[in-house]
Amino acid sequence: MKFVGVTSCPTGIAHSEMAAEAIEVAAKKQGHEIEMEVQGASGAPPIDSELIKNADAVIFAIDADVRDRNRFSHLPKVEVGTRHAIDKADEVVKRAVTAAEEGTKEQPADAGSGDGGEDAQTQSSDSGGRGVGAEVRRWLMTGVSYMIPFVVAGGILIAAAFAVGDAVTVTDSNVYENFTIPAMLFEIGGQAFSMLVPILAGFIAYSMADRPAIAPGLVGGLIANAIGAGFLGGILAGLLAGGLVMAMKKIPAKGAIKRIMPILVYPVVGTLVVGALMILVIGEPAAALTSGLESWLQGLQGTGSIILGLIIGMMMAFDMGGPVNKAAYAFGLAALEAQSYAPMAAVMAAGMVPPLAMALSTRIRPKLYTENERQAGDAGWLMGASFITEGAIPFAAADPIRVIPPMMAGSAVAAVMSLLFNATLRAPHGGIWVIALIGNWPLYLLAIVSGTLVAAALVTVTKSVGRGDEPTGDDEKADAQTAAA
Amino acid sequence: MDVSIEDLIGSDHVTLDLQASDAEGAVKELAALLDEQGRLNDREGYVQAVLDREQETGGTGMESGVAIPHARSAAVAEPSLAFGRSSDGISFGADDGTPSDIVFLIAAPEGENQLHVQVLSKLARKLIHDDFRTALREAGSADEVVEILEREVEL
Repeated sequence: MKFVGVTSCPTGIAHSEMAAEAIEVAAKKQGHEIEMEVQGASGAPPIDSELIKNADAVIFAIDADVRDRNRFSHLPKVEVGTRHAIDKADEVVKRAVTAAEEGTKEQPADAGSGDGGEDAQTQSSDSGGRGVGAEVRRWLMTGVSYMIPFVVAGGILIAAAFAVGDAVTVTDSNVYENFTIPAMLFEIGGQAFSMLVPILAGFIAYSMADRPAIAPGLVGGLIANAIGAGFLGGILAGLLAGGLVMAMKKIPAKGAIKRIMPILVYPVVGTLVVGALMILVIGEPAAALTSGLESWLQGLQGTGSIILGLIIGMMMAFDMGGPVNKAAYAFGLAALEAQSYAPMAAVMAAGMVPPLAMALSTRIRPKLYTENERQAGDAGWLMGASFITEGAIPFAAADPIRVIPPMMAGSAVAAVMSLLFNATLRAPHGGIWVIALIGNWPLYLLAIVSGTLVAAALVTVTKSVGRGDEPTGDDEKADAQTAAA
Repeated sequence: MDVSIEDLIGSDHVTLDLQASDAEGAVKELAALLDEQGRLNDREGYVQAVLDREQETGGTGMESGVAIPHARSAAVAEPSLAFGRSSDGISFGADDGTPSDIVFLIAAPEGENQLHVQVLSKLARKLIHDDFRTALREAGSADEVVEILEREVEL
């Protein structure tokens, strides 16, 4: 016979899975086909509605409600608790056989649609009572967890290129034309970094709407790279792609059309729409933002050190590679070319602070961070020291509202102090590896350490606020910020 | 997935000789192991959450001799697993009264990072199978228990 089944339990960790496994094992042993849906925390996908339509009976092994119970209302039913199913799975399956033979039906539930095809398609959230904010946080965390290995690999390899090579020339090297070890390390690290934003976007989308959302998300992320929209652009692309595929999944479709939806419609339409939105709606403003900010900064030449430092510092930490950061960096670069060496020093100090501060915070209060984040934190020491601001992106992307403002404050402190100490830098990158090119380096290091301490202290405080009970408002603001960038 | 069973349990979370004679004692004993490794924010709060759940459900003991006391709670710092074996068995309320000689204590944090759930569900599914339980019963050391878990519960 063919059965379908649902298991559920309040915490959704153990009993629902065990019951599903026990029933599957027992049913297969007795020669039946069965498809189980675990309505637990792992967010297993709903059973295909075709299978439900053609099943002989349904088995509910549940300690909590069944979501979308209407889907099964046409089927003979056996309902037991999860532990009963675990202990006596054989008996439960036999009861299902009896029920199928006798045709015992469940009382039709209120809505009572015979064919719950539409319900079955609805991507049910695995969260019961969780709010939108917590849901958004979970999406971001998923994206970040896939991104972290790219950050760590790219960051460490680029730092290694700086360490074993000449940090000033390695960035202009081309390993394919002129092979050197540092050039190779720099190229590999750079390629890993080029995946940061696409992976973030692709897997945010994936966590929202499963596999069909990966392509639109990744491509949206690639375009975020191309238009220089940074990781905030990537988050936006991911949310767009996930939301779009989620919405498309709700479109009712039958038969042949339904079958082509996931292979043709979701990827083609999803990728087209996300890509077009990124290019048409986000691309222009992001580019305009960078050039606008850049010329605005040029106009600030000669302003006092404090104002200029505050602005440069905050810009460097705001989007860590996005349009705002790039404008500040370009300003430093332009000054460097004009043989004014103080702004570049301030820019680099500000860019070194965020990864160092996150590394420090994960050491001060490891409990505030996931295992993943702590590992990313450890890699942050080297990345921060090498002026690889991207090292802080995993933290900023997972929790923008709590992480970005403290980073901006710390970077501003470092930039202001660097300008006040009149530190100078005759290279556009390199971190401590170009210390020989830094004028007034002891005080320059003091500026970086001070900024790091400020940012780490602040982020440790903000990360402690509202833990466990995620306030919805925060994440909505985070979204707004994402959209604004 | 980037969370694996080793992230949840190490040999420091394993005891092959539970001293406790009742469920409450066993939960406290295993929670203490997790707490010593810094896996809990609030040991008492977590133990209470687990015991409340045991009470609500009438116990997590199963007729196979396995019990899986667990709670999802803000008192948990990091998703974790502790393993205890009891020579006499401990009553965890199995329907037929079988005492549990294998106890898995599961600690899941509140909130959004749910990557550990895949590992826990894999483990839960494994527990249905006789040969897996037998291996756990016959393991001679804490390290061996962890090895079995690593081998059998990889994704």
